[in-house]
Amino acid sequence: MRAIDKKLLRDFRRLWAQALAIALVLAAGVAILLMSFGMSRALDDTRAAYYERNRFADVFTQVTRAPLTLVPEIEAIEGVYAAEPRILSLALLDLPGRVEAAQGWLVSIPETGEPRLNVPILRSGSWPDPDDRDRVVVNEPFAKANEYRVGDTFSANLDGQKRELTISGTALSPEFIYTIGPGQMMPDSQNFGVIWMPERALAAAFDMTGAFNSITLKLAAGVSEQTVIDTLDTILEQYGGAGAHGRDDQISHTFLDSEITSLETLAYVLPPIFMGITVFLVNMVIGRIIALERAEIGLLKAVGYSDVEICLHYLMLSALIAVVGIGIGWALGTWLAHGMAVLYAQFFDFPYLIFGMGPGPYVIAALIAMAAAVGGALRAALGAARLPPAVAMSPPAPPRFKRSVIDRMMAAIRLSQPTIMILRSLIRWPVRSAMTVLGLALAVAVLVSSGFFEDSMDVIIDTAFHQQNRQDVIVILNGETPESAVEAARTLPGAMIVEGEMFYTATLRNGHLEKNTSIQARRPGTTLSRMTDADGQVVEPPSEGIAMSDRLAAQLDLQVGDLVEVEFLDGDRGTYQVPVTQLVTQYFGMGALMDLETVSAMFRKAPQVRTINMRVDPEQLPALHAALKDTPKAGGAILMTENRQAFQDTIAQTLTMTTAIYGILGILITVGVAYNGARVQLSERARELASLRILGFSRGEVSYILVGETMILALLAQPLGWAIGWYVAQLMTDSFESDIFAIPLILNPPTFSYASLIVLGAALGAALIVRRRIDTLDLVAVMKTRE
Amino acid sequence: MTERVFHTDGVTKVYDTGEVKVYALAGVDLTLYAGELAVLLGPSGSGKSTLLNILGGLDHASEGRVFFRDLELTGLNDRGLTRYRRDHVGFVFQFYNLVPSLSARENVQLVTDVAPNPMPAEEALDLVGLGHRLDHFPAEMSGGEQQRVAIARAIAKRPEVLLCDEPTGALDSKTGIRVLQALKDINDRFGTSTVVITHNAGIREMAHRVISFHDGRIDEVTVNETRLEPAEIVW
Repeated sequence: MRAIDKKLLRDFRRLWAQALAIALVLAAGVAILLMSFGMSRALDDTRAAYYERNRFADVFTQVTRAPLTLVPEIEAIEGVYAAEPRILSLALLDLPGRVEAAQGWLVSIPETGEPRLNVPILRSGSWPDPDDRDRVVVNEPFAKANEYRVGDTFSANLDGQKRELTISGTALSPEFIYTIGPGQMMPDSQNFGVIWMPERALAAAFDMTGAFNSITLKLAAGVSEQTVIDTLDTILEQYGGAGAHGRDDQISHTFLDSEITSLETLAYVLPPIFMGITVFLVNMVIGRIIALERAEIGLLKAVGYSDVEICLHYLMLSALIAVVGIGIGWALGTWLAHGMAVLYAQFFDFPYLIFGMGPGPYVIAALIAMAAAVGGALRAALGAARLPPAVAMSPPAPPRFKRSVIDRMMAAIRLSQPTIMILRSLIRWPVRSAMTVLGLALAVAVLVSSGFFEDSMDVIIDTAFHQQNRQDVIVILNGETPESAVEAARTLPGAMIVEGEMFYTATLRNGHLEKNTSIQARRPGTTLSRMTDADGQVVEPPSEGIAMSDRLAAQLDLQVGDLVEVEFLDGDRGTYQVPVTQLVTQYFGMGALMDLETVSAMFRKAPQVRTINMRVDPEQLPALHAALKDTPKAGGAILMTENRQAFQDTIAQTLTMTTAIYGILGILITVGVAYNGARVQLSERARELASLRILGFSRGEVSYILVGETMILALLAQPLGWAIGWYVAQLMTDSFESDIFAIPLILNPPTFSYASLIVLGAALGAALIVRRRIDTLDLVAVMKTRE
Repeated sequence: MTERVFHTDGVTKVYDTGEVKVYALAGVDLTLYAGELAVLLGPSGSGKSTLLNILGGLDHASEGRVFFRDLELTGLNDRGLTRYRRDHVGFVFQFYNLVPSLSARENVQLVTDVAPNPMPAEEALDLVGLGHRLDHFPAEMSGGEQQRVAIARAIAKRPEVLLCDEPTGALDSKTGIRVLQALKDINDRFGTSTVVITHNAGIREMAHRVISFHDGRIDEVTVNETRLEPAEIVW
């Protein structure tokens, strides 16, 4: 090994603490990049492969009842590669040994024995024969959650008839990667299942022989999806077509999409912060080392080392830091990605392992990290290379301190000399001071922008559960039912408050803009299911007109007072011009609200309902469930109490983990910046501080100069960090916004103080670690050294 | 001793601080010969270090021409000067300029790694009497030992010229004499042209020639008919 390379390795070993502090910051960037970028790609690739192999459909629609004879016409639509009609229905399930009613999607298996689209993968057992009446395949997570094996039985309420079904096998389908039941906020496999049943048996139960109520299409490559959807809607219009949609409105697909998007957002927002801080830290530390090694640089030049060799020598030092950072980052990122994969396995039902991160993300993360470290050292290394040898051999000129207005001010308010030394040093190196402030501010920002999530979730949970959906149970009725069902429900066991609600699938149009949505219709004064505004005000259904989510209005470019064209798609069809009466800030869905009486009047018929919301005496819940399982009209029942608990538990678990991870990230940045800042400062000031000690200043007074400077910068960083954190949180909420949900930007004072306390604490800790070196300062040696 | 090693022709060096122009060298014509041990003598700021830096290719002259044998140093760019330093020149500095993180042997290897025809580092250290201190770090050696490591480093490449800037400036008389003895041994044994800067007038006695500087000009050149051994020098 060449002597200059030995010097490199020994310098690196001597600098280990500073190098490690930088490497950890870099590692955090690498790990997050690896995890977010790697996992978003893994998720995307796995999904794409699954879709491809199992022919996930491109277009989906539901219809009241259409004859199978329409299928050839649909298949003939230009661009349609394959069409598969089927029977799809929600059913209430009566699971043995369970008091609560569960629910599930019933999906027909075609006569041919295997679906052509959305092909399920059989995981155990076998498919039932086409003429089997009571044998079904269930989705694997449902079987696992309820500990079912092939041969076990459960009951289902099939359009009013209670039927005992035998499990012949388990399967997974690309249509149900994220399996979430109506009204559920997250997957709950114990209470929601997918049940594949032979078409003949299902048709008989739902009076669908020779007909279908759902069709999915696979399109040829390069075909306009919208054109096919328009044609399909026209064909199915008279059969009660509910409006076809592409994958974008397919629930499982959309949830996966939003997960991939949020991972990508993470990859764009956080790693640049860490890489940027690395650039600054490497710049500061290598810059200082080069300043200290001026004479050595001069010597190397004198004995014939070229500019390029000297430049490379210092770049190699930063590259070594990068190598350590990349190594730690790879390990940490792999671990994080693995954790994510485990988490995804909980929420997403893939037939194969998601954790298939190839070498690509590792290489990309390493290249970016290397570029950040080497880029940070470049300016200083080039400076070293350009230093003329004769100049390098002579000591640098002392920094120029000039008396300025600030000095006169400092003198006027009689600051102590140590304080003046601190302030003057801040002013003397304004760029470094500013960059240190920025680095610490970013640490605050990382903490604020992660803390916002908790604050926002509190508001979302409060709004969703305590303001808007206050019912204990939602009973889903099989289709439209006269309002008298609400009266009948009052006699159910434990019923305390009972209110009916209607949902219409509709297309809203404003000029060329249109959007499919669900319109809720109910009577004014309901207390269980309510629409509330951002400030908690209850929005009553308008007597004339429609109230809608502000995000929906924004997509349709609508203001209060505008007329919107509403085309009702199911049941009573028809198109009406309705005035927009109010815009409402909503976090879930993109809903619209009308008065049940008003809509019914439009259709000239008595009010109908689709769901019944109930407040129930908890003691009577088992009795209620028992009664519901035997109620023919009930298609499903959602237990909101359980729903709420599951949601809150999951959120709490996720928040604890993210808070811990972001806390560590914030500390890493702070320590990286504050420790290196203090070390560089100590190195520059060693003579000065030793002189003060010799003049009789105590250790405490000398420490004050060192720690004081770090802490002043840390304090200055706070407001800036709050502002940046607020801005990043804003960016994140914007990127998370989808048709399914929006996250409000809520930041409470405790979030800011928590962020500040952590950063100030970590900065103080880092400065105090460096301060210990003052105790061991060799006064004589320091005074003797040249420079 | 007629073969010319260095030849300068009206060399000036001007430092322009914006307000005033400082002439560090104000027209120096000098010839140094092969195998010669020359002492440059003069007070601080007389221009001797500036001349040494220009001869060694560490600095550029403002005007005039400088030759190393037939090579015109004043015509070389930075790359050419680096090449020149690497191939022909050995430096010894007042403050030794050892790399603290490298042992004595490794400090010498720093040079032998890049020189075209070096001697082994161990041999160079042997020549200065430090064969037993190969693996010691600078912090573990006395000032005199450190300076001898610096000399070993300078001679390890078998340079044609050895340029020494105040080599004994930071040393006491006893260690200073050992260092001078090492320089003289090298000069005697290899015939390496050696230029020693000093403002210690006693050292002039060991030189072949003494060149005195004053205000950026050569004041006087004297030839020593009889040279003293370093040990005989009165400090």
